[in-house]
Amino acid sequence: MSRSLSTGLQLVLLAAAIAGVALAPQVLEIFTLMQITLFAAMSILALSLGFIWGFGGILCFGQTAFFGLGGYAYAVAAINLGDSTGAVFVGMLVPAAFAAALGYFMFYGRISDVYLGVITLTVTLILFNLINSTAGDEYRIGAAQLGGFNGMPSVPGLNAPGDPSAVLEPEEIWFVTAGALIAVYVILRLVLVSHFGRVAVAIRENETRASLLGYDPRLYKLLVFVIGGAIAGLAGVLYTNWGAFVSPTIFALSLSAEIIIWITIGGLGTLIGPVLGCVAIQAIVTEIGSQQEFNSNLVLGVILIAFVLLLPRGLVPTAQILWSRALALKARRGGAALFEGGPGGKDDHIAKAAE
Amino acid sequence: MQDYSATLLETRNLTMRFGGVVANNDVSFTLKEAELRCLIGPNGAGKSTFFKMLSGQLTPSSGSITFRGQSIAGAAPHEIARLGMGIKTQVPNVFNGLSVRENIWIAASRKHTPPVSRRITDEVLDKIRLTDRAGDLVGHLAHGQRQWVEIGTVLAGEPDLILLDEPAAGMTDAEVLRTAEIIKEINRTRALIVVEHDMQFIRMIAKTVTVFHQGQILMEDTIGAVMADQRVRDVYLGKKVAA
Repeated sequence: MSRSLSTGLQLVLLAAAIAGVALAPQVLEIFTLMQITLFAAMSILALSLGFIWGFGGILCFGQTAFFGLGGYAYAVAAINLGDSTGAVFVGMLVPAAFAAALGYFMFYGRISDVYLGVITLTVTLILFNLINSTAGDEYRIGAAQLGGFNGMPSVPGLNAPGDPSAVLEPEEIWFVTAGALIAVYVILRLVLVSHFGRVAVAIRENETRASLLGYDPRLYKLLVFVIGGAIAGLAGVLYTNWGAFVSPTIFALSLSAEIIIWITIGGLGTLIGPVLGCVAIQAIVTEIGSQQEFNSNLVLGVILIAFVLLLPRGLVPTAQILWSRALALKARRGGAALFEGGPGGKDDHIAKAAE
Repeated sequence: MQDYSATLLETRNLTMRFGGVVANNDVSFTLKEAELRCLIGPNGAGKSTFFKMLSGQLTPSSGSITFRGQSIAGAAPHEIARLGMGIKTQVPNVFNGLSVRENIWIAASRKHTPPVSRRITDEVLDKIRLTDRAGDLVGHLAHGQRQWVEIGTVLAGEPDLILLDEPAAGMTDAEVLRTAEIIKEINRTRALIVVEHDMQFIRMIAKTVTVFHQGQILMEDTIGAVMADQRVRDVYLGKKVAA
């Protein structure tokens, strides 16, 4: 019964989210709308790591590798194809394929947790340096000049599917980006209730037990990693499209670290937590940036330390615990009332028997 | 399965070395279909290492393991599990963050459709007497109950051979009795190898007992003969044995 209740609650929240996305352009100014479009794109990135770390147990320190590859793949494909329709898929396929290759060597090579973090971090650095050193005319893919540290300016924006002349307006880009965020969320929810998702979570809980029951942990982790790579790629596509620009800083280590902070604050092991953490931190950082009184990294550090010390589980899991405790308290009070009625009834019964 | 005289599992000259330490030395062991075998031996005799080689958690240094005529030495744990071997490890390996029901369901659903998996899950929950705690997180259960959850996951996988490494450890007397009952029940159709220190428990279930000592098989006989054997007594009391 509680399960159907929580499913119902989720559907209500989902409907509210869709309504919010639909209404946002009417109530928000265009600047704010573009701001939250960026937040939505970054939230997809947060979801990608929230999924592989929180449910697959894979701590990837270099999720920006897939984010950046998605951005660059989209830019190169969009410039060459002149149409964003196929480019979006290229922007997801390239990072997914890269995640498959990298993941194959890591998981089938039995690389353990800490080394996995080190390898993914290093891969991000390598990609950063690789793309950073592609300045010069000779570094071009088809019509697309990679541009080294200057990045690639004037990346074509999203157009209506199959119609390159119909470039999307900021309002439509909001719909696409926020819609993609909701779609990714729903897809990951469905993955998590599927057999595959439940086994993946079981592997996170105890890899040895899962393998002794006949599941190959390497394969499951690899698939989780690839799904995460594709989603991070999609976030990169939307991010690049948002700014019509992509540069090597997309692979920056600071962003990789920031995603981990988003998830730590929002709550590891939930899907909504990383999104909330991402939006909250981005809003704070943006606000600090416009005030220019504090260094935003300093504030970010203080927030992280505060959460690790005071709310190590993050916002969403803490709220869930408080909620279930409140329910338990309520149930106990109800039970206590029943219990108080009990002895009285028994006494009456005994009294009657005595008569 | 019908032919109870057929060999289910056989190891030949199985040896496991960790650097200079020889954990198992030249172990040749045979188990028939639907047989129940108990392994005993003092700490460090190599029982758990032997189990780890059988289940694929360790690759033997030398020697062979055949399961239903198929060589499995060095195969991955999930491959061996898929051939029909299930193991309860010494230190409980369960999914602590998941509910009891989810633990059993994960095991049952590998080779069954959702409705069948649910039915098997319910049956196993009933068998391990945890139906009323099905929704609780396994990490919140007492040690003995977590042992049962692990036995439950093994049962739900419907293996033909079940290895139980100290199934009664940390259980109350009533739980130990129930575990012995479950083992006898399983043994009607499936083969088992049980490692235990609790001799009381061994007496409840044992037919044939294999005694391990210093990585080797010291003797193999009926429970009565083993208990009466002077060498076995010496081993357990820590005396030198002239093997």
